[in-house]
Amino acid sequence: MTDKHLSTQFDAELSGISTRVLEMGGIVESQVARSVYALTNFSAEVASEVLATEERVNQIEIEIDRDLSTIIARRQPTARDLRLLIAISKTIANLERVGDEAARIARTVQRLLNSGVSSRLRLPVKDLGYEAELAVSQLRKALDAFARLDVEKAVEVLKADDLIDQEFEGLMRKLITFMMEDPRTISSSIDLVFVAKAIERVGDHAKNLAEQIIYIVKGTDVRHNSVGEVESLVR
Amino acid sequence: MDTKVNLPVTEKPKLSVRNLNFYYNSFHALKNINLDIPENKVTAFIGPSGCGKSTLLRTFNRMFELYPDQRAEGEILLDGENILTSKDDVSLIRAKVGMVFQKPTPFPMSIYDNIAFGVKLFETLPRIEMDERVEWALKKAALWNEVKDKLNQSGSGLSGGQQQRLCIARGIAIKPEVLLLDEPCSALDPISTGKIEELIHELKTDYTVVIVTHNMQQAARSSDYTAYMYLGDLIEFGPTSDVFMKPKKKDTEDYITGRFG
Repeated sequence: MTDKHLSTQFDAELSGISTRVLEMGGIVESQVARSVYALTNFSAEVASEVLATEERVNQIEIEIDRDLSTIIARRQPTARDLRLLIAISKTIANLERVGDEAARIARTVQRLLNSGVSSRLRLPVKDLGYEAELAVSQLRKALDAFARLDVEKAVEVLKADDLIDQEFEGLMRKLITFMMEDPRTISSSIDLVFVAKAIERVGDHAKNLAEQIIYIVKGTDVRHNSVGEVESLVR
Repeated sequence: MDTKVNLPVTEKPKLSVRNLNFYYNSFHALKNINLDIPENKVTAFIGPSGCGKSTLLRTFNRMFELYPDQRAEGEILLDGENILTSKDDVSLIRAKVGMVFQKPTPFPMSIYDNIAFGVKLFETLPRIEMDERVEWALKKAALWNEVKDKLNQSGSGLSGGQQQRLCIARGIAIKPEVLLLDEPCSALDPISTGKIEELIHELKTDYTVVIVTHNMQQAARSSDYTAYMYLGDLIEFGPTSDVFMKPKKKDTEDYITGRFG
């Protein structure tokens, strides 16, 4: 928010909560990147670190929600202040789920490591790395758009979600082929399907963030619309 | 400023203000106001001190005519007839358009007579019907249970909140069509305020209510439509939920979010 309220306290509260949201975003973005690193490098250590950090992510969500409720109770916000707070509540729920996906990936790494060396050497984990880059990039872009309340950037995030979906479908086809060629890899391949799905969901959460940014700035709820419909709604 | 104000097609205007300008001597207090007040809804006027909201309210029952240096130009249509140029006795207009003021103003008489006084000016009722009318008005104003055993006691003996409800009962006893409330809760504690807000909600079934308030949260809670005014201009008018969630004008948003100044 660039304009100042009469109450400097209120200004401080709003900018404080927005900053915490960005901090939480930074942490979960890092969680996703690190969990995928753990996968592509089969690192038990990094996987453990991700799981240890997960509790902190959940705690931050609770703290931000508590602060948010306090602001609403005390300040009776209206218009764009109220929309910001409503959007923050939804945003942190999405970010917490991104954190869950990263934890899921980390647990999968641990499971794969426990299943033995020979099976994991042949798994197509590098492809997952690419899908993850796309998803993390989307998340970073959405967080950036939130920081600047940049509607155009938010729309770009919505447009690019298809790329992740396509990448996921490609990965599915590859993993199915892999399983058909060597049924001994089925168990580990199914684990990778879940990882691919988790990454795809990170992309969906980034998309949800983008929709919330449009709501804050324009006051229009663009959820459950196609990208074309959203573009005409925000014009 | 010429703000085009449109009610949704589902709403029927009870009062239509057209090109209204108002002057205190040479001071131009209301500037070309165009506004429709929807029937059987609560409309709130909000805005900073001096914006003209009370001035506008008081044009609706020609209260300004009590003062020689105040004049209104333009049209205020009540059910299609311009009340500013009406040949009717102004008391008849004020019977249709009742007003309740910020400071409770019970007459120095019994509770019963407070209600009956206005009715007697316009209707000749036998005692039993007058009793019924008084009871009806006090019930409508959510005051009956508290005063039914002391109708002969002075109205001034009631608490602030009760006095204000008495004034509302007095206002509706003559069966007006429009009720104008000028900061009706400003002098009241939160519980009395809450009771009156509940009452306002019930009254709109039968009356068109216009309320001036400097309490934005009250406007947000109690009204269906909100008009934001500033320095004599009507800046924005719309459904309350729109004005408070997604106002059209930045000026409106600055005011309601406290970015004013």
